[in-house]
Amino acid sequence: MTFLPKPKVRHPSLPKNGLGLTRRDYEGGLSTLCAGCGHDSITAAIIEASWGLDVQPQDMVKLSGIGCSSKTTAYFVSGGHGFNSVHGRMPSIAMGANAANRNLTYVGVSGDGDTLSIGLGQFCHAIRRNLNMAYIIENNGVYGLTKGQFSASADVGTKAKKGEVNQQPPIDPVLLAMTLGATFVARSFSGDKQQLVPLIQAAMRHKGFALIDVLSPCVTFNDHEGSTKSYQYTREHYDAAVHADFVPFQREITAEYSEGDALPVVLHDGSRILLRKLDASYDPTDRAAASSAIQERLKKGEFLTGLLYVDTDGKEFHDVNETPAIPLNQIPHGRLSPGSAALAKVLARYR
Amino acid sequence: MTTDRVNDFAIKIATVNGTGSASANTLLMKSIFRSGIPVMGKNYFPSNIQGLPTWYEIRVTKDSYVARSGKVDIMVAMNAETYARDVREVASGGYLIYDSTWPRPALLARDDITVLCVPLAKLCNENFNGVRTRILMKNICYAGVLAALLNLDVEQIRTLLAETYAKKPALVDSNMKAITLGYEYAKANLACPLPLKVSRLEKTKGHVMIDGNTAAALGCVFAGATVAAWYPITPSTSVMDAFKSFADKMRVDPETGKKNFAFIQAEDELAAIGMVLGANWNGARAFTATSGPGVSLMNEFLGLAYYAEVPAVLFDIQRVGPSTGMPTRTQQCDILEAAYASHGDTKHVCLYPRDPEECFYFARDAFDLAERLQTPVMVMSDLDIGMNDWMCPDLKWDDNYVPDRGKVLGLQEIQKLEKFHRYLDVDGDGIPYRTLPGVHPKGAYFTRGSGHTQYGAYTEDSAEYQIVLDRLTRKFHTAKRLVPKAVVEHDPKVDIAIVAYGSSDGAVHEARDILSSHGLTTNYMRLRSFPFGEDVEKFLEAHKLVFVVEQNRDAQMRSLLTLETRVPKDKLRSLLHYSGLPISSEFIVTGVLAEVEPKVRKPEAVPAAGAKSSGGLV
Repeated sequence: MTFLPKPKVRHPSLPKNGLGLTRRDYEGGLSTLCAGCGHDSITAAIIEASWGLDVQPQDMVKLSGIGCSSKTTAYFVSGGHGFNSVHGRMPSIAMGANAANRNLTYVGVSGDGDTLSIGLGQFCHAIRRNLNMAYIIENNGVYGLTKGQFSASADVGTKAKKGEVNQQPPIDPVLLAMTLGATFVARSFSGDKQQLVPLIQAAMRHKGFALIDVLSPCVTFNDHEGSTKSYQYTREHYDAAVHADFVPFQREITAEYSEGDALPVVLHDGSRILLRKLDASYDPTDRAAASSAIQERLKKGEFLTGLLYVDTDGKEFHDVNETPAIPLNQIPHGRLSPGSAALAKVLARYR
Repeated sequence: MTTDRVNDFAIKIATVNGTGSASANTLLMKSIFRSGIPVMGKNYFPSNIQGLPTWYEIRVTKDSYVARSGKVDIMVAMNAETYARDVREVASGGYLIYDSTWPRPALLARDDITVLCVPLAKLCNENFNGVRTRILMKNICYAGVLAALLNLDVEQIRTLLAETYAKKPALVDSNMKAITLGYEYAKANLACPLPLKVSRLEKTKGHVMIDGNTAAALGCVFAGATVAAWYPITPSTSVMDAFKSFADKMRVDPETGKKNFAFIQAEDELAAIGMVLGANWNGARAFTATSGPGVSLMNEFLGLAYYAEVPAVLFDIQRVGPSTGMPTRTQQCDILEAAYASHGDTKHVCLYPRDPEECFYFARDAFDLAERLQTPVMVMSDLDIGMNDWMCPDLKWDDNYVPDRGKVLGLQEIQKLEKFHRYLDVDGDGIPYRTLPGVHPKGAYFTRGSGHTQYGAYTEDSAEYQIVLDRLTRKFHTAKRLVPKAVVEHDPKVDIAIVAYGSSDGAVHEARDILSSHGLTTNYMRLRSFPFGEDVEKFLEAHKLVFVVEQNRDAQMRSLLTLETRVPKDKLRSLLHYSGLPISSEFIVTGVLAEVEPKVRKPEAVPAAGAKSSGGLV
């Protein structure tokens, strides 16, 4: 792959968002992933979601670990800082960055290897802290950069490209997050942009840890017959339980939904998610019932998708820590250092 | 009877962990300190909550020596399990106090020491109720015995008790009762005071007794650290405990009642350092504290921080290795691990504080250096400095201090730029400019541990990769000018020198005085930081023979000096103390005299042949 910068051509007729920015302003570097990779569709969905949310590009912080998925943070919103850290440790970088400045939008992109194997511990603890970030797993069941080993999300019985059959049970990030008390849990498919874009928007505006597990087929190592993470298999086995439409605070709800079939969930900044239940028996606000429904379908080899669980009342890290509204990195030194008189008082204890 | 030795002796107290002896020992030490007499206290404790043997050493030192002398003049043997070794350790002519409720004359027999019998358990059993209280009071009781024997001011002790238990007056009475029991018994039955005794001086004014971890935490609070992330590990935990406790009092915004700091207990050391990097990258002053095993785990992230140029401050409170080692014993054994942490070509700035006072100032300097140089800075303390109370001059804070936030471009500076290049050497000092998230899209860049160009783009091009790597070398050269200079005592007529660092400093000072009294004058250089500056090179060049004193087996600092300076290897002789106890002056004197013939021999200052030595010579 070459790394020629994309020419920034701005056609005057390109649609603009509330900040006067076009979708091109939310793009990044040229992708170096394989042609047809599901990850590139997710990148496109993040660009669409950010543009639609009127995020100031510099207010977005993009975080990732190591792997194909982690490379993608370079491919969107080049006006925001990116931190491509070490394998499986992105949540700790995100925690520190978020502690320093709570007012930015933190978007983490990880893979199934980065999150469920080497980074499983940090992933779990970020959920426990209810770290305020959108965490997207680009889940393809396989290690791409090292050429096709099974990941921890590979299903029992799924076949590798060279014919090996996986025998170990998978770790499902959605069920795991539900168990750990996550306050926003979603699953989607890279091929369903309509579902994915509003989910990403809601995740970015949710106060707390928002997980989106996106099934994202690997065209090179895991798109063959016998794989349960191929495009074909995913299309045949995924089933939307709840459709979420995201309505930013400033906008009116369009007349498409009548009150009856949409359940509005109000986020802390006044934005709303309109949940449309596609499966009448599914309740995205009941953790136990939702978990068991997801599990039942997994047993049949099917994926329920959509915003599977949401709780807008959870306390995020800064609520628990009692940090002020002003970001810690903007408090002037004079307010941080207690000064010589205070030190003298402290020293009295040590005489 | 020996002649009087006023304000110059060492007491060692052998007890059982978890029996409340710590309060008795602190009480004794503080009352000596408050009498204006310089004092040293060292705690040798087990990695255990209750039941294993523990010792406390108090050295009364009119000459303000802060290290162990290597001798024990008075042993308070409260632990029957360790009687045999405790009695062996008393210096000839010294004293042994033991609980004679259960007489052990045969075991404790030594004809060159005086055994003082006090039925401590009997006294306490007759005067206190409850098993636990009796055990605790037995330990307070020996403090009363020592008060009588050493001529300590009992009123001073009462004042101290009143301060300690200000909120629990009942405890003042019961503790004072135990003190009095011991005091009266000694007065009535023993020859008080001993020739080893204290007499008021005026030498502790303007000083505090403080441990290095508390001082380091204070330094972090005053330097403006806002994010503290950590994983508990002995002996570093009290850095974070102290930071939390100070910040809870001094960092709560009076207007909002909110906390102007974030305190995060991480899931492991990997996460702790990751959080520190994330926060520093985003413009907060963030730090962690750990020990050797934690630094091992942090290696990968330290390499990232070096290469992606992210500031970080790390306190390594060194303990005995390798592996889990002896978690409650001291060593200087992470010197090489820290200097070269992580794979690939990496080098890190390290500071070597000698005592709690320097922990305080180095905490401040570490943040300034980390942000100026955009790289991790490790403050290499150790268990001896970190967990023992040291007499230090009052810590001072300059209210005019302005933090050095380094080359961070603000909004207006970014706006003026045509294009921002993260890793370009604009000023020729090897330090590039950085920007913070949330300021301006033009300032945005991509931070990565993979190969990058000086413009911040991904690369696998050899030449572009090397440009950045060579600039990092230049930056490390710049660091030599910025880090704390070595402290040098250099008489050009003298060609023998001692080099030491960290907690060995006090022992070296005393050892040099003893060597002088033998007619052996030495020069001295105390290393305070890595990378080594030109001053270090010059000092090493100027001497024929250089003793490198350190507290590890493998002569790690000697290795670092031979790798990073021009000094020929055979010029450096190591004196290596790695028993896990703090180094003593006696150890250094013995080591030097084994190599160099003094002009005047004073055999009494040198331990007899075969005396137990805890280290070795290389």
